[in-house]
Amino acid sequence: MIWDEKYECMSRQDMRELQKERLREVVQRVYQKVPYYRQLFDRIGLKPEDIKELKDLEKIPFTSKETLRDNYPYGLFAEPLSKVSRVHASSGTTGKPTVVGYTRQDLETWAELIARVVVQAGVTREDVVQICFGYGLFTGGFGLHYGLEKMGATIIPASVGNTRRQMMLMEDFGTTALVSTPSYALYMAEVAKEMGINRENLKLRLGLFGAEPWSESMRDQLKSKWEITATDNYGLSEIIGPGVSGECLEFGGLHISEDHFIAEVIDPETGETLDYGEEGELVFTTLTKEAFPILRYRTKDISILREDPCACGRTTARMKKVTGRTDDMLIIRGVNVFPSQIESVLMEIKGVAPHYQIIVDRKGFLDNLEVLVELEEEMFTGSFRDLEAMEKNIQRQLSTVLSIDVDIKLVEPKTIERSEGKSKRVIDKRTLNG
Amino acid sequence: MNVNQLSVFLENKSGRLAKVTRVLGERDINIRALSIADTTDFGILRLIVNKPEEAHELLKSEGFVVTQTEVIAVCIPDKPGGLAGVLAILEEAGINIEYLYAFVGNTNTKNALVIFRVEDCDKAVEVLKNKGVRVVDKEYVYTM
Repeated sequence: MIWDEKYECMSRQDMRELQKERLREVVQRVYQKVPYYRQLFDRIGLKPEDIKELKDLEKIPFTSKETLRDNYPYGLFAEPLSKVSRVHASSGTTGKPTVVGYTRQDLETWAELIARVVVQAGVTREDVVQICFGYGLFTGGFGLHYGLEKMGATIIPASVGNTRRQMMLMEDFGTTALVSTPSYALYMAEVAKEMGINRENLKLRLGLFGAEPWSESMRDQLKSKWEITATDNYGLSEIIGPGVSGECLEFGGLHISEDHFIAEVIDPETGETLDYGEEGELVFTTLTKEAFPILRYRTKDISILREDPCACGRTTARMKKVTGRTDDMLIIRGVNVFPSQIESVLMEIKGVAPHYQIIVDRKGFLDNLEVLVELEEEMFTGSFRDLEAMEKNIQRQLSTVLSIDVDIKLVEPKTIERSEGKSKRVIDKRTLNG
Repeated sequence: MNVNQLSVFLENKSGRLAKVTRVLGERDINIRALSIADTTDFGILRLIVNKPEEAHELLKSEGFVVTQTEVIAVCIPDKPGGLAGVLAILEEAGINIEYLYAFVGNTNTKNALVIFRVEDCDKAVEVLKNKGVRVVDKEYVYTM
């Protein structure tokens, strides 16, 4: 089923026309209403009228997370607080959070976008959806909640925490769809096993995962552990929250709601705009947001765009599942390493639990990469040789993929911290030690 | 006949071994023999206890990774050359030893008890018995 055929199945030509028209409007609007953008345009001698075609977007400088911090808390709002119905904020790892606002119309738009995403992930009005995202400043809980409500599903607003209780709800309330981070869903599977929950007593059939990058191998794990269809959905609070894009059941990328956002992919080094099919950093411009419009926001998420038709019937451009970020790239002894590469290798290895932690440290003058891997109970034979062979095997496979040496440390099950939200996979002690 | 040994995976961090022994002690489970093999990262604790099944369940419920392995227990005269004689028999029969550990038991008996982990327990038992070596059964080890 398609939630909004008019926009989701529009011809590419009509979509470009619509985007062009909306782009001109939003540029005018931010120039008039947001001092930051007015000063920026004036400084580089750019006039809103200069933005006529979609191609002209490239003339506008990028907006970054730092810009949001510099204008904390309400500096980038385009509407007075009297018109702002709600604020959300993303936890800044350093210092103050970044704050975003929504008018009544923005909240309406957001719910529509979520409805599109959940419908294309297979959710119907018959579904009972357990939302295990935090309800609070984080956009995940409320975002999914109002979209699902609009779409007509039955919602269990379980929020985060108390995993055993979550499992009880899932079993007793007959949850058919789970909304959570992928890492939390894996943790729930572990708890379900501990509790001795019988899969046959669960009605779960769908998992809608988002809020953190995850690999295809993690999807395989989720599918086999839960026996569900697992889809990815994407968003970030600076743009609107979840609902920016989502996977359909063809799994050929995440459909972007292009009537509300223009997506670009750029070279993170040079800032140059890249073509469809080229990998780079995602950049979004909001076209319809009232309270918090943003131009060319650099997401730091790495992806590839495509606009070929999808078998599901939607015509919107798709973005490749995000598995890494420009800022989670580790440089170890001069070699670029992404945590997603490590994750993919680990998930392929039998006997290793899908929980790991990467510790980067400096030993003497050399960077050292250590990966903590949880041993799965079933794989422990009591033999020293087997354990060493397993360690060596992981080490060899990782070294092959990463082309640097890796230390493996097998740890006892359930000792790596489980997260209910976004998981913390990397500890870089080099930065801590200065 | 063969003895059930518990193998426990231990991360190399303080307090893990202490916890194993405390948990067993609280349940009145007696350790008959133990050995630890370790690398810098992890170790394997091998235990012979008087109630292996109960100990297995208990340690598992406390979050340890535990497995049971069959081993053989051999009584060896507590005198020079005692162990050498037994090893020679196994070598002659082509039986590989993965590991072994020994302890000198009750001083009155003048015997040492050696725990062997070999590839083929049954074959090893047969070979040793044929050569007159005293292989003891699990009840003996659990209750000695």
